[in-house]
Amino acid sequence: MDLLANLALGFEIALSPWTLFLAVIGCLLGTVIGALPGLGPSNGVAILIPITFTLGLDATAALVLLTSVYYGAMYGGRISSILLNIPGDEPAMMTTLDGYPMARAGRAGDALVISGVASFVGAFLATVLLALVAPYLARLAYKFGPAEYFALYMLAFMTLGGIGSNNQAKALLASCIGLGIAMIGLDNTAGGVPRFTGGNLHLYDGIDFLVAIVGLFAVSEVFFFIESHGKGSAIGVKLESVTIPWRELWVTRWTMLRSSVVGFVAGVLPGAGASLGSFLTYMMEKTIAGPSGKFGTGVARGVAAPEAGNNAAAGGALVPMLTLGVPGSGTTAVLLAVLMTLNITPGPTLFTDRPEVVWGLIASLFIANFVLLALNVPMVRLFVKILSVPPALLLPGVTMISFVGIYSLTGSYFDLVLMIGFGVMGYVFRKLDIPTVPIILGILLGNQMEDNLRRAMILSRGDWTYLLSSAISIGLWIAAILGFLAPFFLRHMLKRPVAPDEANED
Amino acid sequence: MKTNLLKVLATGAVLSFGGTAALATECIAPANPGGGWDFTCRQIGKILFDIGQVSSPVVVTNMAGAGGGLAFSTVVNERNTDADLIVAASSATSTRLAQNAYGGATADQVRFVGAIGADPGVIVVAADSPFMTLSDMVEAIKADPTSVAFAGGSAAGGFDHMKPLQIMKAAGFTDITQIPYIGVDGGADAITQTIGGFTQAMTGDMSEIVGFIQSGEVRVLAVLSEERVPGFEDIPTAVEQGYNVVAVNWRGLYVPGGISDAEFQVWADRLQAVAESDEWKEAMAANGLAPFTKVGNDFQTWVDGVIAETVELSKEIGVIQ
Repeated sequence: MDLLANLALGFEIALSPWTLFLAVIGCLLGTVIGALPGLGPSNGVAILIPITFTLGLDATAALVLLTSVYYGAMYGGRISSILLNIPGDEPAMMTTLDGYPMARAGRAGDALVISGVASFVGAFLATVLLALVAPYLARLAYKFGPAEYFALYMLAFMTLGGIGSNNQAKALLASCIGLGIAMIGLDNTAGGVPRFTGGNLHLYDGIDFLVAIVGLFAVSEVFFFIESHGKGSAIGVKLESVTIPWRELWVTRWTMLRSSVVGFVAGVLPGAGASLGSFLTYMMEKTIAGPSGKFGTGVARGVAAPEAGNNAAAGGALVPMLTLGVPGSGTTAVLLAVLMTLNITPGPTLFTDRPEVVWGLIASLFIANFVLLALNVPMVRLFVKILSVPPALLLPGVTMISFVGIYSLTGSYFDLVLMIGFGVMGYVFRKLDIPTVPIILGILLGNQMEDNLRRAMILSRGDWTYLLSSAISIGLWIAAILGFLAPFFLRHMLKRPVAPDEANED
Repeated sequence: MKTNLLKVLATGAVLSFGGTAALATECIAPANPGGGWDFTCRQIGKILFDIGQVSSPVVVTNMAGAGGGLAFSTVVNERNTDADLIVAASSATSTRLAQNAYGGATADQVRFVGAIGADPGVIVVAADSPFMTLSDMVEAIKADPTSVAFAGGSAAGGFDHMKPLQIMKAAGFTDITQIPYIGVDGGADAITQTIGGFTQAMTGDMSEIVGFIQSGEVRVLAVLSEERVPGFEDIPTAVEQGYNVVAVNWRGLYVPGGISDAEFQVWADRLQAVAESDEWKEAMAANGLAPFTKVGNDFQTWVDGVIAETVELSKEIGVIQ
């Protein structure tokens, strides 16, 4: 058994009191960084890079620390999603859809426990898959060219209609606005032509999605709070006692397993990443459940699916990074850079040349996972205490953290102004019942979608049939069209038999 | 209580990010931690202090934005006479300046003080490609310019795009705008697309493909350095195959334009000392860089020449007017 021998090697390297200590510190830091709006896993890891240099950590210790922060942030992002309706980082965005309604119904503790366990299941399965099949899965990236990636992003946008709002046209409008915002910045396909920047250098890199997330969610929440004097906010909701919801954990078991697999595959594809993983798994579970699943009203499956999905994707993203040197997400790009500075060059030969690094990393992922589960479930009691902080203190605190987090991105006040602009936009849109999640997805995926379409057109000399030239792209297009049409049919099929009050549900 | 803790942590994180001590030498890396520019600042900064060229540790500031443009405009507008400031630069800096990608800023607004290492350019095909030599590929492109699509890690018109075009020009081929090029997210992504068969060749840097050479999945048709690269002696240069093209991604520094000639010379000497140190030689070997030392006025003249060449080529392919 090579695998067991390799794992033994990994644990031998990674399992020392010093690295365990680093793992605990990393997990705690990561959870906090993930929970803070405006600071996501990629900033978290980036902030810690100089510290690993200063401490003079060796390769294994540095990797243990940084991957603990990475996984910790993936866990932590959900906390503010659920408690405050403010995603702590971009993959946790989907968790607001059902997590926050659960919190408002007084079930914040349940939502946190379910999402914590789902995170564990997703991350654990992803790590197992990483250990088992990483070298073979690397070949998957060779199968994805521009046409296939474009079809993958189409799949995401075609399924957007059913999200958040009952009105498909509003979701469409929101995603178009997001795509439009994504167009701001340098156009790299045509050779660095600035678009919609007004000559402002701050806009050359486009608009950072974190600025948009914090603006649309956190700042607009503040406006709502001011308007309503705190009424209609989850803040101050009376809490029931926190118990472990065994029954709901059991009910969501298949959701967690399915979402882990889909999330992992989304992570393996470079350029898709955790956000797409959480989005696709949420929409998949929503479609499977149909209208009777009541997604968006605060159901356990709506929390379990995106959390299992995004944590599995975080593990999946390590596959192309380690085996090809291609980062599958912003965070793995930072981790890749760390590996290079530690004189480890990821690529096809990494698994054979440096087994101690790879298996040490995998072992440290397992360790981080168990540490996180052990930290997160008992700490739910502590997290929900946040809601008992007087709103007059809590909301200004969250706002300040958001400002500091965004300022740390580029160190310019420009992003802060932009963030407030997004806050106003979020406030107006929520008044109009236009969902904000599609806007973020548009910003996150819009550039990639455009770039891949244009690359495909360059390679095919403008021949549109190139987009349907492989089995993979045809399959993805079929899935996209089915995903677009499914909500209509499902609604019709279910409308007839159910009682009128059920049908009015959405 | 909890929120206070969060605030303290967040503030601490930001302070460790942007804190700058007065009077110490500062190195601006115009990108986030982890990239090539960050590496330049951290390595050169550390060695400067270790070998006693500066009296206190060099402070590294990360100023990401506009592909280095934000740092460039900050230096020009706010720090123009600061003799204790150095900024990490590479071929990307000179290419972007040549193509007016820094919002109207020009190369003469700063002084390029030196390069002390370089990542040689490469032209790579998949192992199953019909092209065995650079000439095979050049002839195929001459026969049908659209038959060979290139993938590279820089945007269209960027440094990676220029390499195959320079080779074709050296081969006497002029219809270079017909050659398809797609810019993807980094060299590893470009090589993946090439092995996957979506593009016929990859243009990039040596350090980006070392793992793929070792795994036998690619064939390097040419390395674009003056001499063969130590450790990869079996890879021929473009020059020895009859195409006079040298394209290396140099790693170096620029300093503010308003400092005196004496201050400029101080930095040139310090950089020369770093280049000669054992620490730097180790750092180069560890990061796949080949020796490439040009400092002071020599370097400034060389950069000016490269920029003029890039301007000419960029106009030809329509990236700039």
